[in-house]
Amino acid sequence: MSDHDTDEQLEDLPLDALPLDAWHRARGARMVPFAGYEMPIQYEGIVAEHNWTRESAGLFDVSHMGQLLLDGPDLDAAVEAILPIDLSTLRFGHQRYSLLLDEEGGVLDDLMVSRWMHSLYLVVNGATKWDDIATLREALPDDITLNHMDDYALLALQGPKAVDALARHVPEVTDLTFMKFAPVTIAGHRATVARAGYTGEDGFEISLPAEAAAEVADLLCAEPEVKPIGLGARDSLRLEAGLPLYGHDMTPETSPIEAGLTFGINKRRRTEGGFPGADRIIREIAEGTARKWVGLKLEGRLPAREGAEVFVGADKIGTVTSGGFSPTLGAPIAMAYVASAHAAPGTQLEVEVRGKRLAATVTPTPFVPHRYFRGS
Amino acid sequence: MPRYYTDEHEWIDVEDDVATVGITDYAQGQLGDIVFVELPEVGAMIEQGKDAAVVESVKAASDVYAPITGEVTEVNPALEEDPALVNSSPEEDGWFFKMTIAAEAELDALMDEDAYKAFVESL
Repeated sequence: MSDHDTDEQLEDLPLDALPLDAWHRARGARMVPFAGYEMPIQYEGIVAEHNWTRESAGLFDVSHMGQLLLDGPDLDAAVEAILPIDLSTLRFGHQRYSLLLDEEGGVLDDLMVSRWMHSLYLVVNGATKWDDIATLREALPDDITLNHMDDYALLALQGPKAVDALARHVPEVTDLTFMKFAPVTIAGHRATVARAGYTGEDGFEISLPAEAAAEVADLLCAEPEVKPIGLGARDSLRLEAGLPLYGHDMTPETSPIEAGLTFGINKRRRTEGGFPGADRIIREIAEGTARKWVGLKLEGRLPAREGAEVFVGADKIGTVTSGGFSPTLGAPIAMAYVASAHAAPGTQLEVEVRGKRLAATVTPTPFVPHRYFRGS
Repeated sequence: MPRYYTDEHEWIDVEDDVATVGITDYAQGQLGDIVFVELPEVGAMIEQGKDAAVVESVKAASDVYAPITGEVTEVNPALEEDPALVNSSPEEDGWFFKMTIAAEAELDALMDEDAYKAFVESL
């Protein structure tokens, strides 16, 4: 027996321990190498953890992600020269999705940008954070400081009951709506809570000093709604939520417009440009792209994984970029780039898995509806 | 009925000249929730150490190798309906396929239960 899928196995880099390493092991997590760290892939099993998060609340350790703090004079202009974001409309306490692009408009990373008092706080992907830091340092003027908050942990509490569990300790989180954040105190520790996450559920991301992480994780897991959840379920949850994964669904070889991330190019920037790759991005918004990223539902039970080819008859018209078995739907789902002529919802396609052709239907995403809290 | 194990976590039961093949409890625990099992065709000749089946968990696909050389004589129809049998009963109801034994000497290279237990503990 041997694994086909080695996407969580990086090359032989020395592995660092995250702040909660011992905490995960004490709770029976199976640890695997990911993004240069040993990370918990699962505790009791991916399906059980997945379903628990959809029904109650799951605590994810996402401390491998990069937390960056930018400061300095004319900060907004300096950052707008690098990211296609409109900072003139980003107020304190608000967070926005953005993209780090290369000069050709390829995606180097996707990230969240929040405005603190005089600073901008960025959360970037774990696997790309060192490259991102190098890219940003290179592109930013010398008088802008970039602080990598590597002495901070990041916890994500996700699920319909996340708000109940967290509000017992931080009552003000009930006032937050999706993509807003607030500085708070939790168990006597100063932290920042954003109402956001990557599972499609309501929930929060909690940034806090690394030395407080185990105490806060214990506090949250003592709530009856909360269990620790591994990266395996995080991946199946985000797949059902139709959210792209950096390195798989978007890469330097894909443009954000092909990837359905046009919303990540803020409105003012689409006309004004002035960010890396702007010429291509603005042209693609106007003229469309030759291929598009779509959701696929597959008939039967056999999942199609990343790299599986998509066909119409004898013609290869695309490639799967993420795929797996949806525990919520009880069926295989996938996301793929396909030729735009075959990208309309309802289009019948075929996906080839180990020489077998599986019937697939182009399906609107998310596969499982988002339940973000946008206000009552 | 003698049972043998491979270091790739397949088990094999030998009864007269027929062998039954599955994956071990340790293997199913490592794979997690199994959602699909692709079995070989009845009549296929498979060679020791070569791909014989594929197990799909929520996360990944894994090959199952043939523990010995022989011809597939039967596959477990229950796995089509309920792949999770591999999780709930890996070493009994969740068997994968039966095969002939082309070369009995190949069995000598496999582990017995005690050796396999020690092998798993060493991992």
